[in-house]
Amino acid sequence: MEEKKLAIIATKGSLDWAYPPFILASTASALGYETQIFFTFYGLQLLKKKLDLKVTPLGNPGMPMPGGMEKFMPVLVTALPFMEGVMTGMMKKKMKDKGVASIEELRELCQEAEVKMIACQMTVDLFDMDRSHFIDGIEYAGAAAFFEFAGDSDICLYI
Amino acid sequence: MADFDQELDASGLNCPLPILRAKKTLSGMAAGQILHIIATDPGSVKDFDAFAKQTGNELLESKEEGGKFHFLIKKA
Repeated sequence: MEEKKLAIIATKGSLDWAYPPFILASTASALGYETQIFFTFYGLQLLKKKLDLKVTPLGNPGMPMPGGMEKFMPVLVTALPFMEGVMTGMMKKKMKDKGVASIEELRELCQEAEVKMIACQMTVDLFDMDRSHFIDGIEYAGAAAFFEFAGDSDICLYI
Repeated sequence: MADFDQELDASGLNCPLPILRAKKTLSGMAAGQILHIIATDPGSVKDFDAFAKQTGNELLESKEEGGKFHFLIKKA
């Protein structure tokens, strides 16, 4: 049986959106897929050695809040300075209580499973990001390199 | 529950951890050996079925007992 391939583009840098790429990539690897993730724009935050990912209710009407608060809380309140920190703390606690892996753990599992992670060089330059802030074992490349793998992939996801 | 060679308790873990732990444990086992997995994630019932179909490892048994899910997987 020829090995199947999964190509993912990760474009988002918030705590909630960090999950899909790492969950799918680690699971695909366990199922025998060869997997690559191309991190571009805000997705590059997911490659930082020290992750500081947050989740915000601002502009996110679908986000459930404790006690169904989202139904009556004015949008303006979700913009208050403390909201992001409070919601991030609550989300992390809830995930821990429910046995959901941390992003650090999932990322490590991806690395163990030899998921290839590629940082978009253009974005690194654009935001003047320092390579020393990123985890080891990743590659730096551009769109053409992504297509070399994605063109042969069985599944290609933009997240 | 039939005989097994190794046991993995994935109780309290949520998707995709039971599958990832099972895969890791299986890779340290010999072909033909049987792994017994215990999980509490209701999603693991469908997931282990799909895992077995896609990896060629055989799902010998899948059942719920005492509020937990039990799986027997034979390594291919």
